[in-house]
Amino acid sequence: MSILLFLIPAALLLGLLGLAAFMWSLRSGQYDDLEGAAERILFDDEDEPEEDGKN
Amino acid sequence: MTELAAGIRERAGIDPDIFVRETPEGEARLDLVVEGMHCAGCLRKVEGALKSLPGVEYARANLSTKRVAVRWQPTKLRADAIIRALADTGFTAVPFDPKLLGTFDENEGRFLLRSLGVAGFASANIMLISVSVWSGLVTDMDETTRSLFHWVSALIALPTVAYAGQPFFRSALKAIRGGRMNMDVPIALAVILATTMSLVQTIVNAHHVYFDASVTLLFFLLIGRYLDVQARAKACSAAENLLGLRATAATLIAPDGSHRSVPVEHLEPGMKVLVASGARIPADGEVTSGVSEIDTSLVTGESMPATVKRGDDVFAGTLNLGAPLTVTVTKRDDDSLLAEIVRLMESAEQGRARYVRIADRAARFYSPAVHLMAAATLILWFSLGAHWETALTNAIAVLIITCPCALGLAVPVVQVVATGRLIRQGVLVKAADGLERLAQVDTIVFDKTGTLTLGEPRLVNGDEIPADALALGAALASSSRHPLSLALADYARSLPAQGAAPAFTDITEVPGMGMEAQLDGRLIRLGNAGFTGAEANTAHGGSEIWLAQEGAAPVCFRFEDTPRPDAKKVIAALKERGFAIELLSGDREPAVRQLADDLGITTWHAAARPDAKIARLEELAKKGHKVAMVGDGLNDAPALRAAHVSLSPADAADASQTAADFIFQGVPLAPIVETVDVARKSRRLVFENFGLALIYNAIAVPLAVAGYVTPLIAAIAMSSSSIIVIVNSLRLNRRKKAQRDAQASAPRHATA
Repeated sequence: MSILLFLIPAALLLGLLGLAAFMWSLRSGQYDDLEGAAERILFDDEDEPEEDGKN
Repeated sequence: MTELAAGIRERAGIDPDIFVRETPEGEARLDLVVEGMHCAGCLRKVEGALKSLPGVEYARANLSTKRVAVRWQPTKLRADAIIRALADTGFTAVPFDPKLLGTFDENEGRFLLRSLGVAGFASANIMLISVSVWSGLVTDMDETTRSLFHWVSALIALPTVAYAGQPFFRSALKAIRGGRMNMDVPIALAVILATTMSLVQTIVNAHHVYFDASVTLLFFLLIGRYLDVQARAKACSAAENLLGLRATAATLIAPDGSHRSVPVEHLEPGMKVLVASGARIPADGEVTSGVSEIDTSLVTGESMPATVKRGDDVFAGTLNLGAPLTVTVTKRDDDSLLAEIVRLMESAEQGRARYVRIADRAARFYSPAVHLMAAATLILWFSLGAHWETALTNAIAVLIITCPCALGLAVPVVQVVATGRLIRQGVLVKAADGLERLAQVDTIVFDKTGTLTLGEPRLVNGDEIPADALALGAALASSSRHPLSLALADYARSLPAQGAAPAFTDITEVPGMGMEAQLDGRLIRLGNAGFTGAEANTAHGGSEIWLAQEGAAPVCFRFEDTPRPDAKKVIAALKERGFAIELLSGDREPAVRQLADDLGITTWHAAARPDAKIARLEELAKKGHKVAMVGDGLNDAPALRAAHVSLSPADAADASQTAADFIFQGVPLAPIVETVDVARKSRRLVFENFGLALIYNAIAVPLAVAGYVTPLIAAIAMSSSSIIVIVNSLRLNRRKKAQRDAQASAPRHATA
């Protein structure tokens, strides 16, 4: 059962990574305009939403 | 979208500079509402046009809210160039101040989403561990491993509950402090107790912990809460866009004769302002120069324009139809007639009994019942001689299993589905409890001008007028911007072509009187009765102008404010649903009576001032009626507040839109019927959901009291009941086929 000592922290770490990614995407304004995001995928050029702090 | 266009017209000539803010980096920033932006192509065009301007650092359009934020180097570019650039690409943009619009708390939605993320992460991981424990219980998992798993669960659950539970804890605390009960009280209690008990169980190394239950409970409830906030935020931002488009600036004439634009709040008595033709008068004042006609319908409900000249008083919010006027401000913004109406609105608001939402009313019975049951379980097990720990575990199991989960979702899911369905029909639900209140209504009171009618005159006796007189009148009218002239010219344009236009010479417009011109040496006049030498006839409900030719009897053109095209059908449909209909107007009696007769409304009141409207609504309320008020004018705003629930068209005055619980867009009145139907259906579904939760509790509670509920059973019961409630709520989206077809054929209205 000692394998659990590696597996549980590994599972949690992966989960936390996912959570951190979600928090980052939320902070960088990716949830502010869901309709627009659906359309922007058609554009070729790169663009990024506005950061929270600059609002 | 006519309301947007109207807003833009009103703001014509206003300097966008007053909306520009400076960012800490020294850049200028402007927020704009852009009309007609609804696809990837539009998005690209708008952003492309802005980014190609010199000095623009950043431009981003938000397709959900139809707003654009622009940042640029103020030295290289002026704000009006930005608006012009957008106009050149075919988009009309109007600046707004996000601080003035920001009535809705965006942070609330953000925090809920963050909490939702945390709760989602926690419930997935704890559930993973819990499943291992549950399978371990029936196989060979040793005690040390189980204890380890429980400790890991506790490690995840405790911070999660502390963070993601905040929205519920805060609301519950507020309710208890105010001596009220709401749904969040049992939710908060269940979550806290389940977590605390599980922690104790973990410490004493017992078999069952409920960390998964408390965290998934939070997860499910946060979904409901977030959807609710999201739907409201969408409706609010759409409503804000409409409001933001109204004139909030005035053109000030400085003592040296120069013009500049200032916010209305900065106007002081004694200042002179210029009111352009077609603009709203920014403050109460006295006309210093110019003669024009004023449309006061927004303030008094009167449909006929009034003539004003030097020395006459004019009121804020009224529309200048004729020549430009110079007005000396006599009252500050906060003592104007408008402010008085706002005060009336506030007192009406205080008079309205506080409505208690269905969910909170349910919580009043539900929470004590649940808590009593838990207490009874505790005492029962104690008296049967069980160990205090067993007794407490079972009591807490009762609290968890009574499932505030399904109850917590019962209302928000229905609300979200209903709001979404209405938004697609162009109806914005502004008040969170608006649908619930609308479902109780038995009487609907309508305003006349601009609500049941279109608010603009139409020629009604075209058939009686000789064709040559009509052509002559229309030709003369086409060089005037007076609403009656426009209506006459409109009517003539709808007829087959009449040959060459008459060659008028010396066309002059006499403000407040009419038009005159020479044709082949004869004097032709088109205007009011006195101007044309005719005898005025005031018996009918509309307005009239006369055409006088030298040597011939004057011809009368009669105009009426025509009802909205489906007004009669909608009134009939509402009557069929059992509503009492009333007409309450500030207009003159003949006009009101005629419309009431046409539409089949038997109860009507004419010449009602704002306070008389409130008095009538109070009288109805005293008789025990629940009244819905539909109105658009500034004079209706207090009544909209005083009514049990209120609706307002999107082209209504700002104050009315602020006061109204629902805003419907477009010309037809049919959305009112749809809104009422959805409200009633929502109410039925909410009750069904409560019923389902009750049935579920009737099965689950005895099991919990008897001590049979393990964490596994709790998890299954909770998810299944939540899913049943959600599926039931989604039935609101199903509509009869006939309705679907009707909607498909109706023109789509953009939802701002």
